[in-house]
Amino acid sequence: MTAKKLGLKQRYAHMTRGLDWETSYQPMDKVFPYDTFEGIKIKDWSAWEDPFRLTMDAYWKFQAEKERKLYAVIDAFAQNNGQTGVTDGRYANVLKLFLTGISPEEYQAHRGFAYAGRHLRGVGPRVAAQMQSLDELRHIQTQIHTISHYNKYFDGLAEFPHMHDRVWYLSVPKSFFDDARSAGPFEFMIAIGFAFEYVLTNLLFVPFMSGAAYNGDMSTVTFGFSAQSDESRHMTLGIEVIKFLLEQHPDNLPIVQKWVDKWFWRGHRVLGLVAMMMDYMLPKPVMSWKEAWEIYFTEAGGALFQDLARYGLRPPKYADIATAEAEHISHQNWAIFYQYTHAAAFHTWLPDAKHMDWLSEKYPNTFDKYYRPRFEMWGQMAKEGKRFYNMALPQLCQTCQIPMGYTEPGDPTTICFRKTQFRGETYHFCSDGCKDIFEAEPEKFAQAWLPVHQIFQGNCGGATIPDVLNYYRMNVGADNMDYVGSPDEKLWNEWQADKIRTAV
Amino acid sequence: MTVQIKTLDMEPKRQTFGHVARRLGGDKPATRYQEATLDVQATANFHYKPQWEPEYWVYDTRKTAVVMADWYKPLDPRQYYYATYNIARANMNQAVERAFAFAEERGLIEKISAEARKQIEFGLLPLRHLHWGANMNMTEITQRGYGTAVTAPCIFSAGDHLGMAQVVSRIGLLLDGQTGVSLDMAKEVWMDDPAWQGVRKLIEDTFVERDFFQLFVAQTLAINGVVFDLIYKFADAGWKDAQIAVAMLTEFMSDWRADESKWSDSVIKTVAAESAENKALVSQWASDWIARAVEAARPLSAALLGDNGAQAEAAREATIKRARALGLTL
Repeated sequence: MTAKKLGLKQRYAHMTRGLDWETSYQPMDKVFPYDTFEGIKIKDWSAWEDPFRLTMDAYWKFQAEKERKLYAVIDAFAQNNGQTGVTDGRYANVLKLFLTGISPEEYQAHRGFAYAGRHLRGVGPRVAAQMQSLDELRHIQTQIHTISHYNKYFDGLAEFPHMHDRVWYLSVPKSFFDDARSAGPFEFMIAIGFAFEYVLTNLLFVPFMSGAAYNGDMSTVTFGFSAQSDESRHMTLGIEVIKFLLEQHPDNLPIVQKWVDKWFWRGHRVLGLVAMMMDYMLPKPVMSWKEAWEIYFTEAGGALFQDLARYGLRPPKYADIATAEAEHISHQNWAIFYQYTHAAAFHTWLPDAKHMDWLSEKYPNTFDKYYRPRFEMWGQMAKEGKRFYNMALPQLCQTCQIPMGYTEPGDPTTICFRKTQFRGETYHFCSDGCKDIFEAEPEKFAQAWLPVHQIFQGNCGGATIPDVLNYYRMNVGADNMDYVGSPDEKLWNEWQADKIRTAV
Repeated sequence: MTVQIKTLDMEPKRQTFGHVARRLGGDKPATRYQEATLDVQATANFHYKPQWEPEYWVYDTRKTAVVMADWYKPLDPRQYYYATYNIARANMNQAVERAFAFAEERGLIEKISAEARKQIEFGLLPLRHLHWGANMNMTEITQRGYGTAVTAPCIFSAGDHLGMAQVVSRIGLLLDGQTGVSLDMAKEVWMDDPAWQGVRKLIEDTFVERDFFQLFVAQTLAINGVVFDLIYKFADAGWKDAQIAVAMLTEFMSDWRADESKWSDSVIKTVAAESAENKALVSQWASDWIARAVEAARPLSAALLGDNGAQAEAAREATIKRARALGLTL
C-alpha cells in the first residue's frame, strides 16, 4: 500500500464531510428542500473551510469538563447564599431582563441552528451548525440553572417562558428571533451567525456578563466565562459563513448586503434594551452604552467591514444613525419603562444624584440637556405623591415593536414617525431603518403579533390593565412597579440589616 | 460520627419557577432536568409564518399526525440536560480511548486475518454513513418536533450518531494505517454494492418524511432496532477472528444503544398510550418501517453472514417484540 498517512485536516475531513453522500433514491432537492428559494448560489460546497475542527469525542470531553466546573460554582453560590452578596438588590432586575428577554432566544437559536444543521446542503457548515445548536441548548439550560437560585428569592423571574410569549416589550426580542427562524437557512445564518453572534455579540452577551462581574454575581459571570469558548466558536462560524457566501457567487452580494442591512438594524433595536440595562440598571456600571458602542461597533465593526470591503460589502445602512442614537437610546428606553412600570416584569427607579452625575459625565452632549430635566421633574412629581404613570397604550413600531418613543435623527425633541401603506392599511414605524425593512418584506411584517393591537382586539385577557397583567401572569405589586417599596427591596434591606447586626 | 458544617438557612420565597410548579402540582423543589426542560419552547403568539413552510408555525403540533394533550408527557427517563448528557458521553468515551489505545499497542488489528479485515471493510465501515443519515434525522426532529422534552434529547442523539460515525471511521483508519483508503472503499460499497443499496434507500426515504413523529419511529425503533442491531448485535460471526477486537472497538455503540432506547422506547410508549388513534398510527408506522428495514437488512445479512437473511430475521423478531412491549399492535 502506497497511500500516505493523513494530515490533521484530511483526517477531520474524513470524520465529517467524508460521511456525506449524494442521494440517488431520493432527489437531493427533496432531501434539501429549503436551500434554494432565497436565491443564494453555491457553486462548490467543498470550498467551505471548517472554522474549527472538533470531533464529537473532543467536544464531549471539553464541554463535560466545563460543565463540571460551572455546576460546582453554581452549587457553591447557592449553598453560600451568594445572592446576598451582590452590589444591590436592584441588580436582580438585570437578571429578570436577561431571563425573560434573552435566554428564550438562546433556545430559539438552538432550534434554528438545528434547522440550518439539517437543511444546508453542504456537510461542512451542517456539522458546524449542529454543534452550535448543541451549544445554544447549553446556554439556555445553564442560564436557567444559574438564575434558578435568584428566582427563589426575587420576583419577576418565575414566569419567564409564559411572559416571553406575551408581555409587550418581550415581543421585541421574540419577534426578532421569530423573524430569523421563519427565514430561509442562509438568511438565518447571516442574521444570527453573522450579524448577531459576530457583529453584535460584544454588545449583548459581554455587557451582561461584565455587569455580573462588576456587581458580585459570581454565578452568572462563571457562566459567562464558561460560555466564552462556545461564543468564540460561534463567531468564527459567523465570519466563515459570510465570506463563503460572498466568495461563491457575485450574485450573492446584493442578497447578503440586504440581510446585513436588515439584521444590523433589527439587532440595533433589540440592543436598546441592553443599552438601558448598562446605563441605568447596573448598580455598579461597567461602561456606558455609548462607550461600548464606540469600542465594539464603531471601532471593531469598522475594522470588520473594512476587511469585508474586498468582497464589495459595505457597512450596514443606517450605521451612522445608530451611532448617533447611542447618545440617546438608553435614556429614552429607561424613560419608557419608567412610565410603564406597572406593566413591566422588573422594577424601575429614577437614577440618584450620583448616578445622574455619572450619566452627565458619560453623555456630555445629551444627558444634562435632554434627559436630566425629565428625570428630575419625575423625581419631584414622585415626591409630591404624583408619581408619573402613562396609562395610555403606546403605538408600537410595526417592525421592531418598540413603543414609538424615539426621536428624529438630529432633533431629540421631536418624536420620529414613519408610515407606509400596504394592501390598503397604514403601518407605522419608529425609524427609516424599520420602515425599509417592512417595505422589503411587507407580507412578512404585516403579520406581526403586535402586543398593543392584540390587547385592543381582545386577545390578551380583557380590556383593562388588570386583565392584561393577569394574562401575563404578572404578580401585581411584586413583579412590577418601582423598586422602592417592592418586596425585593424589603428582603434586600433585611439581608443588609442582618449583615450589619452580625458585624456589630 | 458525622461532621456537620453549619450554613445559614434562608427561607426561599418559592422553590421553583411557576410553570414547573404547576406541572409538579405545587411549589416543590424541582430537579435540574425539570427546570431545564419543562415549557422551555415557545408555544403562543408567533409573529411570522415560515417562508419555507407557510402552512405551519415554526413550532406547530400539526407537524405530526399523532395528537398529544401535552407534549411534556414524553419525558426522558435518563433526565438528560446538556451537562449530564455531555458528562455521560465523556465517560462513555473514555472506554473508547482505552480500547483504541489497547488495540494500537497490541497491534490487535494487524493480527486479524485478511478475511476478517475484508468483512469489516464490507460490513462495518459503511455503517458510518448510516450513522450520518441517522444524525440528519435526529437533527430534523430537533428542528421540526414539538416541545423541549422530545426535541432536546434528539439533538443529543444527533451528536451521538456523529460521534459513532467517527468511531467507525477511526476503526477504518486503524485498519488502513491512517491513510483513509478503507474509508474511501467503504463509501464505494455504501454507494454501489448491491448488498447495501436497500439500507441506503431506506435511510434516503426517511430523509423526505415530513411527519416528525413518524420519522422518530422510523429512526429509533425500526432503523436502530433492525439495521444497527443487525450489525452491532447479530453479526458477531461475521467478524471471524476479529470478534473480540470489533466488540471492544464498538463498545460505545452497545452502551449507547441501551442508553438511547431507554429514552426513545419510553417516548414511543407514552405517545402511543395517549389515545387509541395514536396507538393505531404509531403501530402502523412501526409495522411499515420495520418491514422496510428488514427488507433492506436481509441482503446485507446474507452477504455479510452467508445466512440467507436469518440474522435480519432475528433482528426483526427482536424489534417486533420490543414494539409490542411498548404497547403497539403489530
